[in-house]
Amino acid sequence: MTRPILQAKDLHVAFNGVKAADGVSMEVRDGEFLAIIGPNGSGKTTLLNICTGYIRPKSGRVQLDGQDITQLSPRAIARRGVARAFQIPQLFSAQRVIDNMMLALAAKRGLWSAVRPLETAARREEAKALLELVGLADDSERISSTLPEGHRKLLDIAVALALKPRLLLLDEPTSGVSALERFQLMEALMGALRHQQITALFVEHDMEVVARYASRVLVWNAGNIMAEGLPDKVFSNAEVRERVVGVA
Amino acid sequence: MRMILAAAAVLILAALPVFAPWLQFVLTLAIAKGFAALGVAVLLRAGLISIGHAMFFAASAYGVAFLARAGVNDFAVLLILSVLTAALFGAVAGAFLVRYRAIFFAMLNLAVSMVFYALCAKLYGVTGGTDGMAVPIPGIFGVVLAEPAFKSVLFYLSLTLMVLVGFAVHRYLNSPLGHALSAVHTNEIRLEYLGIPVWAVLLIAYVVSAALAGLGGAIAGFAIGRVVPEFAFWTASGHLVLIAVLGGIGGVPGAFLGALFLELLHSAAVTVTDAWNLIVGVALIIVIMFMPQGFYGLLSRKEASSL
Repeated sequence: MTRPILQAKDLHVAFNGVKAADGVSMEVRDGEFLAIIGPNGSGKTTLLNICTGYIRPKSGRVQLDGQDITQLSPRAIARRGVARAFQIPQLFSAQRVIDNMMLALAAKRGLWSAVRPLETAARREEAKALLELVGLADDSERISSTLPEGHRKLLDIAVALALKPRLLLLDEPTSGVSALERFQLMEALMGALRHQQITALFVEHDMEVVARYASRVLVWNAGNIMAEGLPDKVFSNAEVRERVVGVA
Repeated sequence: MRMILAAAAVLILAALPVFAPWLQFVLTLAIAKGFAALGVAVLLRAGLISIGHAMFFAASAYGVAFLARAGVNDFAVLLILSVLTAALFGAVAGAFLVRYRAIFFAMLNLAVSMVFYALCAKLYGVTGGTDGMAVPIPGIFGVVLAEPAFKSVLFYLSLTLMVLVGFAVHRYLNSPLGHALSAVHTNEIRLEYLGIPVWAVLLIAYVVSAALAGLGGAIAGFAIGRVVPEFAFWTASGHLVLIAVLGGIGGVPGAFLGALFLELLHSAAVTVTDAWNLIVGVALIIVIMFMPQGFYGLLSRKEASSL
């Protein structure tokens, strides 16, 4: 078995008495594309928030390469190679697409120059290459708020990829994207992940997407892991089909 | 094209006092206020409105007065030390203030500046109270000039600094740090998730903006020959915000355009009527109604329309 990059151990989190994580332990293994599925409000996004330092669990811990990161800030965790793409794209909406990318690249390498311009030939080329990888090369000069939702999602992912993370956490990458665009988006995403050898964890509601792309599935229900394993095995579980997939 | 326009504008400014000597003082003061308004405009890029930047303007001018009283008599040393004083004030106040946003940031800046104003006005034994402190004419490389000659040197030096410092600020705003500053306005969450410490980006901007206001304050102190607590009063801070908005926050020239417009308008209006505030107010309403992007918007209309 490949070694785990991220491990969550015995996590407890509750919001107004509702348990989002009730003693959950899980791990993300090097090189996999792990899907987390589950009903709305079951605590999937909370797990991403804990793993990226946005929420502190009541108890339990999160380890990255065996080191405890439970109390670290999102900023510190990002610096350790964990990037995040959001359900609602988090972009610099008044800036051009290329500026979003170049700022992300600068954040990785050298934000602290107050004299050299953000836009250098090398940085622009690198940004263009990443945009090409996710299929946004033609949009590079557009103001990011004018992009259609599917492209905004891709840009959000591309910005995260610019950090050259070891682990990428994606929150519903295909939500808000048209049925026609979702597989294009996933193909672009998978291509980029393979190209950069990035491990990923993604929360997803679209079972077709999960079945087609996930290397392993973890089923989250009422703050606990209900089932986990290969997609075929998980989707053949009757309880999962009834409660999560919606097919009895 | 923009470079040619800017060069032409600077040349016209340089030539104006030759034909109308009375303009020299007005233009020096306009440039001084332009520096301070540029400081306000830097923070406006992050969506932060400071209604207290006159404090740094005054702190630097008082710095010149105190240093002169202590025996420092070199113009360059006085200018550098007073700007550093303002930057230091900015670092101390900024460390606390950059945690706040929106109205809280604006009001806290106002509150801190009014505490400073009150200290300047009430500590009579130290600051001279409402009488203020004299700013004597310093020596330039050991040479003490007569007042008219010094004021001319001051004007042309201010003009030179406007170009040099303006260029430096332009570089800063186009750097990764400057873009990160604008990004604070649009998405702080994403910045944090990129591993960028927002507080550090803002603190650097705050210190830069305080230093700019300080540079303006020192020039104003030298030009007027006296510093009084009114330099730090809240209306002076509001005046700086007004100039920044009037000029347009998109670029460096806006702050200086706004300051020149307001100072020249003010100078013209006082010659017409005692109710000069009325003329200034009406002119401002017209400008704001018909030029929502400010004066800088006129220069970069194409850029603005693409947003």
